[in-house]
Amino acid sequence: MDNLKVFAHFTKGSFLAVVRGSKGYYVWLLALGVLIALGAAAYQHQLSHGLITSNMRDQVSWGFYIGNFAFLVGVAAAAVVLVVPAYVYNWGPIRDVVLIGELLSVAAIIMCMLFVTVDLGRPEFVWHLMPIVGTPNFPHSLLTWDILVLNLYFLLNWFVVTYILFTAFKGRKYNPRIVLPIIFLSIPFAIGIHTVTAFLFMGLKSRAFWHTALLAPRFIAGAFCSGPALIFLIFRVLRRFGRMQISDAALFKIGELLAYAMALNLFFVATEVFTEFYGQTSHTVHARFQWFGLHGDSSIAIYTWAALACNVLALIIFMVPKFRLSLQILTLGCVFSFCGIFIEKGMGLLLPGFTPDALGEVYGYAPSMNEVLIGIGIWAIGALLFTWMARVAIAITAGDLRLTRA
Amino acid sequence: MGFFSRNKQSRAPKERAQKGSSRREFLKTAATVGAGAAVGAPAVASAMEFDFETFMQKNFRELSDEELQAVLDRLERKYSKKYGKDVEVSAIGPMDGVLYGYGLDISRCIGCRRCVYACVEENNQSRDPEIQWIRVLEFERSAALREIKLEDGNPYYEHEEVPAEGKFYIPISCQHCEDSPCSTVCPTGATWREPDGIVVIDYDWCIGCRYCMASCPYGARHFNWGEPNLPAEDVNADMHILGNKPRTRGVVEKCTFCIQRVRNGRLPACHEACPVGARKFGNMLDPNSEIRYLLDNKRTFVLKAELETHPKFFYFWGTEGRS
Repeated sequence: MDNLKVFAHFTKGSFLAVVRGSKGYYVWLLALGVLIALGAAAYQHQLSHGLITSNMRDQVSWGFYIGNFAFLVGVAAAAVVLVVPAYVYNWGPIRDVVLIGELLSVAAIIMCMLFVTVDLGRPEFVWHLMPIVGTPNFPHSLLTWDILVLNLYFLLNWFVVTYILFTAFKGRKYNPRIVLPIIFLSIPFAIGIHTVTAFLFMGLKSRAFWHTALLAPRFIAGAFCSGPALIFLIFRVLRRFGRMQISDAALFKIGELLAYAMALNLFFVATEVFTEFYGQTSHTVHARFQWFGLHGDSSIAIYTWAALACNVLALIIFMVPKFRLSLQILTLGCVFSFCGIFIEKGMGLLLPGFTPDALGEVYGYAPSMNEVLIGIGIWAIGALLFTWMARVAIAITAGDLRLTRA
Repeated sequence: MGFFSRNKQSRAPKERAQKGSSRREFLKTAATVGAGAAVGAPAVASAMEFDFETFMQKNFRELSDEELQAVLDRLERKYSKKYGKDVEVSAIGPMDGVLYGYGLDISRCIGCRRCVYACVEENNQSRDPEIQWIRVLEFERSAALREIKLEDGNPYYEHEEVPAEGKFYIPISCQHCEDSPCSTVCPTGATWREPDGIVVIDYDWCIGCRYCMASCPYGARHFNWGEPNLPAEDVNADMHILGNKPRTRGVVEKCTFCIQRVRNGRLPACHEACPVGARKFGNMLDPNSEIRYLLDNKRTFVLKAELETHPKFFYFWGTEGRS
């Protein structure tokens, strides 16, 4: 059977896999659909009136959207953290589930691109930064690097996933000589996308809060705390609802990895706090805003302490064997870890960078309802895409979705 | 793949060369595809007031002489019709042997903000939402004896009379840095430093990512968050395409040293408006200019010198007494 016919069967089978499901599955789809529709309506509102529908202003010119972007780049990168034990150390129990991690990576990168797009003042002119048709300011602008590496990483993961699934669909095993080099390549790329995104912020000498070499290592530590935590939660859902075989050993291994990652992350927080508050300069005002608030605006401070509490609790759970080896408590730890990093690397990164602004003004930014609706809509799109990709992947790896010769 | 090296200067109009035709061919194909897509998205298009020629317009620095003239003609027709005035849009290039610099005498500034309003009158900013390119910070005079901390400055002062007792004033606008962070970080090459030192923005090329705003240490760049509102009676019909031509929603704007004035030998609007002579301007390469006199004879400082952006906006205390 020629490849085109095979692909047609694959498409039809995938379509059926995502369209047919249990009642619970349809409820999930409906819920996501509602959130996506709300987000789309909110985005249309933004397209009609401009970014004034957000609460961003000159003083805080990036906010909720870019905060989510920075966080999700970390999730996308951390998906491959499972690749290391699976393939480098040839650890079987994780091997079977690496695919899910890569699907999460794909969904996360799509969400990243959506968040950047909705943040643009004139998204219809995004072609201005593409090569050949536009005039990208490469290599000077870090943004052009970010777009480049994000797209390459996306293509890497997308290729691996579709290749493995397509060959499995045909009833054959994938060729390791094709797959393994690309998977190994994705490891430095994962570090790379994260580092470039950190460089975006770090390179700005105008923003003392970000102008630190520690930002790139902190990004990676944060990514390794949030990405695997999300994967853990997704695995539990897939075991329960997706009829997927994932061993407890694989889940506990993730808990072990998270212990190292969170310890490192909290170490970085401690080094930051020491540097800022021991030798105080005029730049410390940003850290003071972050931890204590300024001029009566203490909204971000509450979240900073909440994030710290989440992370410390998560660390305790990951490190104490009695807790880590209890599936329920470990699940709680992963929720804490994910939320803690979401605050730290999302708004907790963006707001202190811009507050006070370049001329010392404190503008109390909190996202508007329109921004939040668009953000939730994008997360819902990511969840929907991941759900569909996972259903196809599970159907194929479980043997339900196979090419049958006529 | 770099089209423009950092701080590369634009060419003066007469030197702008023809670009290769292969890219133009590709653009035509892309244009056809783009046209097809645009026709299929009427809702989005109407929301963004779609205009095909404007949409396909190239980066200012890539325009040939003919293309630039076509753009200027189109803009003149569009603005004349929209505002009911005889609008002229110029693209006059830099003069040779010129590097503009600005001086600000803190001992004289009384915080009247006439510069702020003159700038708005000259440069076609949106009136609602209100955009101002100059920000005047009010400081406690006693603080200056120790240090000037920008966060102690108050840009929102309101007094019946200025200067207020015990205060002094520092107006801040674009510093036109010799090593500007904004032109380094702009992903599309929409902002750059011209040969005469003015940092400009191609308003039609900006995609509104606001990376430049994050990179500016002086809060000098402003964004059109909403639809700009510029009443016809307030329009200044003498425009420069890189200066005071009206901006659209979703693009960044800032002081251009009144490029439409200074390249024709006039002074910036803020300079003319200042009632106390606190503002100095000129060609730093001209030994007879007031700015050269200032630099050679007064002790000047720049804001945030430690960042090494090398601003061309020099602050000083010209007289004894006030502060």
